[in-house]
Amino acid sequence: MSKQVKQLDRVIIRFAGDSGDGMQLTGDRFTQESAAFGNDLVTLPNFPAEIRAPQGTLPGVSSFQVHFADHDILTAGDAPDVLVAMNPAALRANLPDLPRGATIIVDTHDFGGRNLTKAGYDSDPLADLESPGSPLADFAVHPVDLTGMTVGAVKQFGLSRKDAARAKNMFALGLLSWMYGRPTDSTEAFLAKRFAKVPAIRDANLAAFSAGWSFGETTETFAVRYEVKPAPMAPGTYRNITGNLALSYGLVAAGVQSGLPVFLGSYPITPASDILHELSKHKAFGVTTFQAEDEISGVGSAIGASFAGHLGVTTTSGPGVALKSEAIGLAVMTELPLVVIDVQRGGPSTGLPTKTEQADLLQAMFGRNGEAPVPVVAPRSPGDCFDAALEATRIAVTYRTPVILLSDGYLANGSEPWRIPDVEDLPRIDPGFATEPNHVVSPDDPDTRDFWPYLRDEDTLARPWAVPGTPGLEHRIGGLEKGEGHGNISYDPANHDRMVRTRQAKVDRIAASLPPLEVDDPSGAASVLVIGWGSTYGPIGAGVRRVRRAGHRVAQVHLRHLNPFPDDLGEILRGYDKVLVAEMNLGQLSLLLRARYLVDAVGYNHVRGLPLKAAELAEAIGALVAEAEGVEVDLSAPAGDPADHPED
Amino acid sequence: MRGTEGVPTLAEGESQTGKDFTSDQEVRWCPGCGDYAVLKAVQSFLPDLGLRRENIVFVSGIGCSSRFPYYLDTYGMHSIHGRAPTIATGIATAREDLSVWVVTGDGDALSIGGNHLVHALRRNVNMTILLFNNRIYGLTKGQYSPTSEVGKITKSTPMGSVDQPFNPVSLALGAEATFVARTIDSDRKHLTGVLAAAAAHRGTSLVEIYQNCPIFNDHAFDGLKDRDSAERAVIPLVHGERITFGGGTLGLARDAASGGVRVVEVGDVDEADLLVHDAHAEDPSTAFAISRLTDAGYLNRSPIGVFRQVERPTYDDQTRAQVSAARDAAPGEPAERLAGLIGGGDTWTVV
Repeated sequence: MSKQVKQLDRVIIRFAGDSGDGMQLTGDRFTQESAAFGNDLVTLPNFPAEIRAPQGTLPGVSSFQVHFADHDILTAGDAPDVLVAMNPAALRANLPDLPRGATIIVDTHDFGGRNLTKAGYDSDPLADLESPGSPLADFAVHPVDLTGMTVGAVKQFGLSRKDAARAKNMFALGLLSWMYGRPTDSTEAFLAKRFAKVPAIRDANLAAFSAGWSFGETTETFAVRYEVKPAPMAPGTYRNITGNLALSYGLVAAGVQSGLPVFLGSYPITPASDILHELSKHKAFGVTTFQAEDEISGVGSAIGASFAGHLGVTTTSGPGVALKSEAIGLAVMTELPLVVIDVQRGGPSTGLPTKTEQADLLQAMFGRNGEAPVPVVAPRSPGDCFDAALEATRIAVTYRTPVILLSDGYLANGSEPWRIPDVEDLPRIDPGFATEPNHVVSPDDPDTRDFWPYLRDEDTLARPWAVPGTPGLEHRIGGLEKGEGHGNISYDPANHDRMVRTRQAKVDRIAASLPPLEVDDPSGAASVLVIGWGSTYGPIGAGVRRVRRAGHRVAQVHLRHLNPFPDDLGEILRGYDKVLVAEMNLGQLSLLLRARYLVDAVGYNHVRGLPLKAAELAEAIGALVAEAEGVEVDLSAPAGDPADHPED
Repeated sequence: MRGTEGVPTLAEGESQTGKDFTSDQEVRWCPGCGDYAVLKAVQSFLPDLGLRRENIVFVSGIGCSSRFPYYLDTYGMHSIHGRAPTIATGIATAREDLSVWVVTGDGDALSIGGNHLVHALRRNVNMTILLFNNRIYGLTKGQYSPTSEVGKITKSTPMGSVDQPFNPVSLALGAEATFVARTIDSDRKHLTGVLAAAAAHRGTSLVEIYQNCPIFNDHAFDGLKDRDSAERAVIPLVHGERITFGGGTLGLARDAASGGVRVVEVGDVDEADLLVHDAHAEDPSTAFAISRLTDAGYLNRSPIGVFRQVERPTYDDQTRAQVSAARDAAPGEPAERLAGLIGGGDTWTVV
């Protein structure tokens, strides 16, 4: 039977099932297949904090959304075009996110008494699909007994019924791979490797995957296949990468590019633990990982390693930063390089451990006692975590300061195609260790020198980094206030005032080393500027595109450096009538911009534990454009050549 | 392996004196503070190690004793309250060529830093922890500490403290420590001997030093120091020797009833039943039993010396071994290997 093939420019698929159903793996494989095919893509994993919530219940639902396209895209998409629901709870939990007309492929196997009740259904939603009263009347529903067919397909391998049924996610993957013409070899190779030690499980998964594909090809349930062509991309070699992996590689690269052994002191915490796991594999690069007894020990050991001449790194999430704050203050005072990675999650307190948020900005800026300025950098996409790690290291080492890198849960677990950089093009970082005495004891005797640990570089205001083992540079540092230059304890009022200002000035001087901001304002005549930081880059860019597609002008600028702000930021902000600040918090960057630049920033703020939705954000931008320019903004009316305005 | 194995030593003909280890900073402890005696002992002991001065690092937390690093002309860090063991762990793990020392007090090590202390001990990171125990908070002006006796009347406990004190030696033995010793600030010879044994030990060495605070807890150790009482109060432990004190009239014997040890009149038991101290015993039970002879109240009795000294692989040696094994197994330039790492996995090329 030959099937009709329909061209699409992009598709958003959400795989949803119980936490134990392997939805993350399924989504990840589909993503890898799409990446290998050459689509641009963005992913959004979404899973509960409980490792195994009660089976079949709403809290136990885990999902993985992948958006793939034949052009460059910026977000994982607001609303799925296709939902694959492995049980009643997955259907019920995800239905509110679906637009009318969306396709639903649902495993009918568990749509019986107890499982329906657990999902909160009084009656089977799959019954009477054709009747206008059906809760699924607005959707294209394909009820398929995925589990039953899987069990049938793997019968020959002699698995228990339970083990056989577990391969149903691969059946679903096979079906979807057929439907969207995905290449299957990478998944076959993956399954062969993953289950190499248990041939029966390996063969069952391969058989289920293949059966899913064949089912698509032979059944009359699905009459159409879809084709999403590869996206044009800049020449280069690509891989799909998550933020946590890119960040880990960035830290390994920072070690190589600085020649410093990396020392990670860390305590496991969601969603940062994967960085600890990943770095523990890279001892061959001289990376030491220390799983500490707590967050404080994680940062303390990293400070010790930095004092000893290593690149001290600590990884954590918001609650961990709270615990580390006193030690970060010590690193401010002792002026030692330290990289603090905060993979932000929903807060306060334990908050939403597996969900994303950007509400640690003010903690990073000010969450310490005393005047304790700390540079802050933020990556804007999963792949960008690699560059951000190198930049954080550059600042930490060059300026002898702790640096906080603010990633978040969405960047950490989300993925995108990443153009693999050429190692030759990566920045070099010079530790510039002190090797000899730097201070003339007396003007009468210019040849006799001693070592002053707080004698600063005139340009950067950085102090010398003299590591133990260097003869003649023995010195003591600590948390007590230092006398400028000699570094001995000083309680002198004027000295304290001077040192407080000097530490601030040192951080401020980093701005001189930053490139100019890139303002995206194609017409050069926009009156509204949208500004953000971190992972909101994608949704903001997508929202801006929508407004432009409707024929309006809007500018976008995105901040990598939150402390210090780039030197040209003030002038850029003053160049627009209205400034919209979009963040996943209640207005933390807005507060900083208002305080610093006296700009009447308008906030766009959501704290739902999920990335901002591009469509909603576009409405907010549109409203501001309407207000600023006195025009009507209708985002449903595309203008001009669509080719100039790629979809988000 | 010795504790200082891997640390560069002085060249032939070079020598050091206590003066070489004395910094130019004015020592600012109260007159009569026991810390002076310990500082002096450490300054005069360090040259005996024969190590290069620049390869010695002292790390401290917060408290009176934690000012210690400022007064030594080595590398040093005066860090934050309770966290010195974490910083020292980073230093010791990063660098085999450094001799790492932690100076801490009973509040710093056992209150705010209790967690770090026990984990450092169980990991057995190669460092020596000098725990100055004056059984009081000095720098915050006289509150009771986690080693103060029950009923201690202080500014924060006008009706007497009601919490049970820690016995630092018992605590360390329970935390899987490989080297645990106790000494007294006023006994220079004993102190120096214990320091030498601690420095020679590879792994975490915990040395509890009874140290008098003349301002807030004066006379706390008089029971162990006064000529009249000391003989019957101090129980010296020497590996391989029968444990006797009280001028040879008292000794230790196993107590069948409790499973612990008890003090006996030497004349009352067979000589064979008198306990011979075995610091190297793999099982810490006897060392723990001996540690329980320490008075929890006013110190009318306390064993001193090395309670336990056993060999166990250290955290830092093993961690470095894993790193170097991985390095040796991956030859080639780091930049090339980095390109291989980031270019690994499923990739595709766009031309």
